Amino acid sequence: MTEHENVRGRALKFAFPLTIPVMAGYLFLGITYGFLMVSKGMPMFMPVLTAAVIYTGSMEFLMTDILVSSFHPLSAFVTALVVGARHLFYGLAMLSKYRDTGWKKFYLIFTTSDETFAVSYSAEIPETVDKSWFYFWVSLLDQIYWVTGAAIGGICGSFIHFNTKGLDFVMTAMFVVIFLNQWIKDSKKGRGLLKDHVSEFVGLGASVVCLLIFGADSFIIPSMLVILAVLTLLRKKLEKMEMSPAAADKIRAKEKEDEQ
Amino acid sequence: MSTLQIIITIAVVVGATMLTRFLPYILFPSEEKTPDYIRYLGRVLAPAIFGFLVVYCLKNVNFTGGSFGIPEIISIALVVVTFVWKRNMMLSMAVGTVLYMVLVQTVFA
Repeated sequence: MTEHENVRGRALKFAFPLTIPVMAGYLFLGITYGFLMVSKGMPMFMPVLTAAVIYTGSMEFLMTDILVSSFHPLSAFVTALVVGARHLFYGLAMLSKYRDTGWKKFYLIFTTSDETFAVSYSAEIPETVDKSWFYFWVSLLDQIYWVTGAAIGGICGSFIHFNTKGLDFVMTAMFVVIFLNQWIKDSKKGRGLLKDHVSEFVGLGASVVCLLIFGADSFIIPSMLVILAVLTLLRKKLEKMEMSPAAADKIRAKEKEDEQ
Repeated sequence: MSTLQIIITIAVVVGATMLTRFLPYILFPSEEKTPDYIRYLGRVLAPAIFGFLVVYCLKNVNFTGGSFGIPEIISIALVVVTFVWKRNMMLSMAVGTVLYMVLVQTVFA
């Protein structure tokens, strides 16, 4: 074995166990996605193709709806932008970590996903393991899990026929869980129901109002604009609120000092 | 959609998704130089988008007629309760979806 193979092998050995939870999740979700796409009348290769090139689960689930609706490329573009907006912040967080990864960098950025980010960002990589190969294996393995899941789902969906009515609720369930997860995280700020969840309420409120005004077929872009506008207007207030607990702590600490 | 329209839609979506992935590396070579407004959006935009996505999924539900959105409400309630209880994303999605499928194929068929 050459030294080079050694470096790759060690990184893979360290990376693989960390991706096992992702494997479980991606296979399950990927299979469901493949099944759903085929059940909407799409050919077997469609879930595999979209899984490989879009590689954003939430956007792909939305695609099962978009591809069978009428043709709205601008709306699809904006939806993909906002659904993928979180990648911008994963990118910002990974800027320094992905530095000096050479030719692998393009692939690492291309395969940015929630789970890959979570594993790569939080991993404590030992000195003996090559960082760029570690990131590469995590990214590649995760993508393999996802595409494999979509392929299994697509193939099974083409041969196994059962009543799939209601299967698309899996998408609703996914977003409800993601929303709820965010809600629980934000509740820890402990500033009260309304103040902790301003963003969530803005998102829900703006979308419901735009849905009622513009209707189901054309409320996406108005919703996004309203959300962006409201959050921009609330910036000063929200940033002040973010500051206040820390500022309050400082004041309290100072008061204690003065007492002593 | 025609085949060409499907190809265009996929291409547009791939382009937009790639833009979100590559943009930070192109625009902000270092974290320190990122404008405060962008960092602020980074903190507050995601929860709002998640809220939007829930509404998006329910956009075609008829709350004033038909099944009055009852299968959706019951199934979402189950998703919420199981997730708060077990904190397992896959479990909540699975039970919620199965319940919904049973409801719309039997009781609300």
